[in-house]
Amino acid sequence: MITPQVLLDGFASDNILGWIIQMAFFLVFVVFMFYGQRIQMYIMVREVEGSLVRLRLMRDEARKTAIDTIKELGKPQDDPTVRVDRFLEYFALSPVALDPAGVIWRLEHLLDLEDARFKADVKLMAPQADETQINNLEMTLAVANNLNIIYKVMRHYYILGKKTLSLYIIMQLQMILPLIMREAEANASGLKAFTLGQPIGDGAGALVAAKLMHGYEKTKVEKDIVVAKVPFEGRTAYILKAEGPGANVGKPGEAIKQIIEQNNGKISLAVVIDAGLKLEGEKPGEVAEGVGVMIGGPETEKYKVEEEALKHKVPVNAIAIKEDIGDAVSPMRKEIFDAIDGAIERIKRLVQERTKEGDSIIIAGIGNTIGIGQ
Amino acid sequence: MSESVSQERKISPIFLVIVLVVLALSLIAIYQGIEAYMNGDASGNLFITMGITTLALLTYMVFQSRRRVLRLAGGMPMQPITTTMQCSKCGFKNVRDFQRGDYIFKETEQQCPKCNEKMSIAAIYREVKEKRKEAPFG
Repeated sequence: MITPQVLLDGFASDNILGWIIQMAFFLVFVVFMFYGQRIQMYIMVREVEGSLVRLRLMRDEARKTAIDTIKELGKPQDDPTVRVDRFLEYFALSPVALDPAGVIWRLEHLLDLEDARFKADVKLMAPQADETQINNLEMTLAVANNLNIIYKVMRHYYILGKKTLSLYIIMQLQMILPLIMREAEANASGLKAFTLGQPIGDGAGALVAAKLMHGYEKTKVEKDIVVAKVPFEGRTAYILKAEGPGANVGKPGEAIKQIIEQNNGKISLAVVIDAGLKLEGEKPGEVAEGVGVMIGGPETEKYKVEEEALKHKVPVNAIAIKEDIGDAVSPMRKEIFDAIDGAIERIKRLVQERTKEGDSIIIAGIGNTIGIGQ
Repeated sequence: MSESVSQERKISPIFLVIVLVVLALSLIAIYQGIEAYMNGDASGNLFITMGITTLALLTYMVFQSRRRVLRLAGGMPMQPITTTMQCSKCGFKNVRDFQRGDYIFKETEQQCPKCNEKMSIAAIYREVKEKRKEAPFG
């Protein structure tokens, strides 16, 4: 039995092992006193290293998938590897915000340039791919680009922390690591969806619109948006979504603006449906209603709708289909798919309560329309 | 991909030295403890306890580092994606694995076995089976 006397005897004994253990304890105590912070830092560095390896694996896998898909679909004459590697390093600079006047239009111009440049490069890489495949390849490369940037930024701060032996840099990196890894893994899981053309969670809004407009005549408006004029609960509904089944988000804000102007502002209600980020504890596929323009992304499209709605006093309601960040870029879950009918019932109720028969309304399904026709 | 994983799989020499030294010390402690206990010295218990505790911690550390490598090498498992085809006339449904080229509302060449009408794709999704139990707050 271990008693205090036994412990004292153990430490005071002439046994060589006892002395060794005693010295070891003393040494450990001194080391931890002077180098405790550095030891803590090494432990954190090791954890960050592990995640960096995982990020590098994901980046390399994305790169390989992009190259293989381009070779399979585009059948290029030359090896696209060099072009893909160049694509992975692309960047886009944000407009000057010091003078915010006109920043929305400058941002839109830059985004249009980026989109046109990406499409042109993808067409060069994959000359035999059709329009749907080019859109999907563009998304695949965009995901690979994202993963490359995440990996490089993390690696930059990791090396900086190691070089300067700064506990605070490494500590901050270690603290945000779970969130970064979550986002990176979401991107990586969506990669297969983009290469195969599978619908993703972000397409929930587009799917609502597709279901409502299916079977009716569609017209194409700017940019990459299709609109159908559909009788809906005794009203005339202009239902719009990005043109599928390629990976498109289009410019729904521009389309909504055009429809309002074409109707001289006589739109009784605009309903915008999109996927929304759920909080932890909420179930995927939950539907919530609200007020405002539910368009994600760089907010240029949101701005256009807000301006037009303000000008003509058009009420704008939002319907969100809740999902995780990972679900948004991964192949669509059954729970989200099943929520579509629920969202349609909500729209019907909203339209019946807020408008009268004979009114004109807009129903906009926002989201990436990959794998979703119309 | 395999180059990064194989780099991680290699055991660091420093780690190996630490493991061997600690293993040797813990085995010596256990041996000394047993010898002391056999000779009627009560302090033998202390050495046995310390030796076993150190051995257990060492084993845990080694398993943790190996598990970390396996976790890095493995990817995220993805559930299979299914395509549901439906006949617009009689509502007959057919579920199969997703194939490249499938998209929702695509009119396929496949005919309905009941009424020979062409079938279209009504749904494409994956089913996630939640493993863990729900916590009180979700």
